[in-house]
Amino acid sequence: MSTRQMGERVQRREDPRLLTGNGRYLDDLGHGALEAAFVRSPHAHARVLDVDIDDAWEVDGVEAIYTWDDLTGRVAEPLPVLIPHPAMTHARTGYCLAKDTVNHVGEAVVMVVARDRYVAEDAAQRIRVSYEQLSVVVGVDNARSGATLVHDDVPDNVSAHLVQEVGDLESAMAAAPNRLTLELSIERSACTPMEGKGVYAKWDLDEGSLRLYSSTQTTTGVRAAVAAKLGMPLAKVECVAPDVGGGFGVKIMHPWPEEVLVPWAARNLGRDVKWTEDRREHFVSSAHERGQLQEVTVGFDDEGHLLALDVRFWHDNGAYTPYGIIVPIITATQLLGPYKPGAYRVEFWSLYTNTVLVTPYRGAGRPQGCFAMERTMDAIAAHLGLDRTVVRERNFIQPDEMPYDHGLMFQDGRPLKYDSGDFPASLAKLKALVGWDDFAAHREQAEREGRRVGLGIGCYVEGTGVGPYEGGHVHVETSGRVNVATGLTTQGQGHQTILAQIVADELGVRIEDVHVTTGDTRRMPYAVGTFASRGAVMSGNAVALAARVVRAKALKIAADALEVSADDLEIDDGVISVKGAPGTSVALSTVAVLSNPLRYAFDQSAAAATQFAGTFDPDKPPVADDEEPGLEGKDFYSPTQATFANGMHAAIVETDPVTAEIRILRYCVVHDCGVMVNPMIVEGQVHGGVAQGVGGALYERMVYDESGQLLNASFMDFLMPYASEVPHIETDHLETPSPLNPLGLKGAGEAGTIPVSAVIASAIEDAEGFAIRSMPISPVELWELRRQHASTSDPVPAQEGSR
Amino acid sequence: MSDLSTTSAADPGGAQGEPTAEQLIDIRLRVNGVQRSARAPARRLLSDFLRHDLALTGTHVGCEHGVCGACTVLVDGQPMRSCLMFAVSAQAHEITTVEGIGNDPAAMSPVQQAFAECHGLQCGFCTPGFITTITAYLEENPDPTPEEARGAISGNLCRCTGYQNIVKAVGRAAEIRGERGEA
Repeated sequence: MSTRQMGERVQRREDPRLLTGNGRYLDDLGHGALEAAFVRSPHAHARVLDVDIDDAWEVDGVEAIYTWDDLTGRVAEPLPVLIPHPAMTHARTGYCLAKDTVNHVGEAVVMVVARDRYVAEDAAQRIRVSYEQLSVVVGVDNARSGATLVHDDVPDNVSAHLVQEVGDLESAMAAAPNRLTLELSIERSACTPMEGKGVYAKWDLDEGSLRLYSSTQTTTGVRAAVAAKLGMPLAKVECVAPDVGGGFGVKIMHPWPEEVLVPWAARNLGRDVKWTEDRREHFVSSAHERGQLQEVTVGFDDEGHLLALDVRFWHDNGAYTPYGIIVPIITATQLLGPYKPGAYRVEFWSLYTNTVLVTPYRGAGRPQGCFAMERTMDAIAAHLGLDRTVVRERNFIQPDEMPYDHGLMFQDGRPLKYDSGDFPASLAKLKALVGWDDFAAHREQAEREGRRVGLGIGCYVEGTGVGPYEGGHVHVETSGRVNVATGLTTQGQGHQTILAQIVADELGVRIEDVHVTTGDTRRMPYAVGTFASRGAVMSGNAVALAARVVRAKALKIAADALEVSADDLEIDDGVISVKGAPGTSVALSTVAVLSNPLRYAFDQSAAAATQFAGTFDPDKPPVADDEEPGLEGKDFYSPTQATFANGMHAAIVETDPVTAEIRILRYCVVHDCGVMVNPMIVEGQVHGGVAQGVGGALYERMVYDESGQLLNASFMDFLMPYASEVPHIETDHLETPSPLNPLGLKGAGEAGTIPVSAVIASAIEDAEGFAIRSMPISPVELWELRRQHASTSDPVPAQEGSR
Repeated sequence: MSDLSTTSAADPGGAQGEPTAEQLIDIRLRVNGVQRSARAPARRLLSDFLRHDLALTGTHVGCEHGVCGACTVLVDGQPMRSCLMFAVSAQAHEITTVEGIGNDPAAMSPVQQAFAECHGLQCGFCTPGFITTITAYLEENPDPTPEEARGAISGNLCRCTGYQNIVKAVGRAAEIRGERGEA
């Protein structure tokens, strides 16, 4: 009897290849292809007056130089608005190469194609671009003042303005016995995967077709966009994601200018062309996220129950809005976390600035929303003198209130309706894990040693597994090998392992026989992509459904062959046998042979399916009217709505009384993503998420000066955490299965990141005794806050007094 | 504000000289115990030479400014950033890449095996730099504590794992070396 794979800590199938130098990432492909380099704008806002490329042609090995004037057809048109929204009245996108103006440092102006990257960069350095510099907008404050405009035809720099309201906020707020207002801010950060973007286009001169490799989170999206831009039939374009060195959101954005230009150049030149993004290019031309200013007014009773919540925030969307307003919509909706807000009104403005565009980064607006809500919870607790967990508990949605409909529209255009979760149980687990009730003693002990410590908490709910759909295709070869394909892509989540676990269980085969392909439009042309913690939920259920189709077909064929009822059969280790009579059996590989009636035998096993072998009913066709040849099946999973995972984190930090250095002593996570396919992989996702959250809370920011120069565009200056900065992470899990999908899964990818800034702010506030309203926070900033609070007698910031 | 400017990336506002044809030289390296050679310009980085001239693509390039450590190879057994070294400068030395530590998925080295057992990698892009770094570290420190292991990997960036399982993998690799009699 084979072991059930679901729920086991199965070692990853992809690892031996990746560990031994046998991975194939984008820049490992295309040996001998021409390579591209780009001249990018050194100015944040300028008119392009002239481009002089003559000197560049002097460089030996240059094959092509393109400016906007050289672009043809739809390649010369603006890039698409991927996710339009009625509230986005002023969507603006860039061109593949700048046309008249540049709107951020790093925007591509000229493309050079040459023998190799060294030569392409030599040539790019000899290109002279004349600019007329324009006034620059940097930062939310400057953007919302509207004094200077990013786009001449966008008043007040507002791309979108959206209000959602549930209940009668005004009356509820007026009636509330207590009111507080908090002003909050969150800085920019970015995904910064270890591998940047990259594109490799193989142009087939004989077929007039294109195979495109991209380090992307959506091959179907890139394929459709490139076919449309190049005016090619979809049937002549294939897109494949090779091994991808991390994504975290930045690679779901598409098509990047380079994803259009590289295949376009390949077609022009009739040659293979490749571009690999370097680290500086990634900082100044790939997307960032997070930057928001927020204003929260909350009304609550004397027990801390929320009565009214009024949120306004201003979201920095950078220079362009190709990905729509997904990020601020998620902030506006997921801000509510595990709580019942009373009357709720949320209003946001999405604003243009002369900086790199903003698209989802792991958490995608949730870290900002969680920060706003959790800072508010702590402020209520401080105001009423209550324990912070007590205030949270009093506002939790209870398990018997599930499904819980907030009455809002979520990022997928569907209701924000929680399907599952047990928030009181999660909190109880977290309090036990971190030792919440014993912390006072710990603090006293530390104080006696002259040390300053604080305990923080943050709770979140995450809508995961959004639609519209994903598909699965399962094919059993006559060797017994099981091929599984799904269209979404993989950037390290272990899909080749977890999807094999699922199919092995559903089909009754050994996991070693299951081989999974992701992100290849040749194998599964219908797919959406990897984002919103949807990989396991969407493709996991899709391949399960496809495997069930194949299982049913296999049992039907076996039942005919063994002359028994299909109901009496079982499949184990790739052998179909009669329940209770294991001697009466047929191998799944043999069933695969029988499923495909043959005229020609290509080997001994195939001979069993040829026309003179065995017996058959002469009145029936070899393939029945409602059947297809081959032991394969396909199905799609398309949910009515997102499934909502949740979690709660707590941290103990120590702040140095002299230097204001901040050290995380303990970090505890309780996480509920429903049924776990592979707990080892889930924990890995949580660890990685927390590390990115720690970076965003204490180290990472995008430092733009007033002229729009990104001052820290390298790993020397952008402080991504090393192992020395990431604490040991303690985890515990709660499994409340989702009722929405066959496997009971909820997403896990982004969870770890979401509450970290809120948790660390909470802990520092607890250690220091004054409010933390802005993240990330550096020792310098903490030291400055100490100085400010020492010089004022009022321990509570002015904006927090009762109104 | 209105300001006219003409810039080229190399020389803002300046004149350019005539480009000279690039001279190629025979670069001979001993890599993973094998003598290799290729013609390349003197400015070719060791990382690019390994990847593009010798097709040893296991060594990855994550930042090209010596911070991330993904391109770490062993030079005479010592971890070095191959993006900060010219290929010509490496000619007198013995170079070991991740392929030299173990290129057969069915016969992994102790460190590679430990990474698989401990889930020490996700996307795998930074991993070759960790494998080379830890392999060299364990040669000199065969039995590190978890704290020492954390210190040993604190010069390499990983964006996926949060380092928890890489720290574990260092300890597990030390055990496997012992089990295999390699310690």
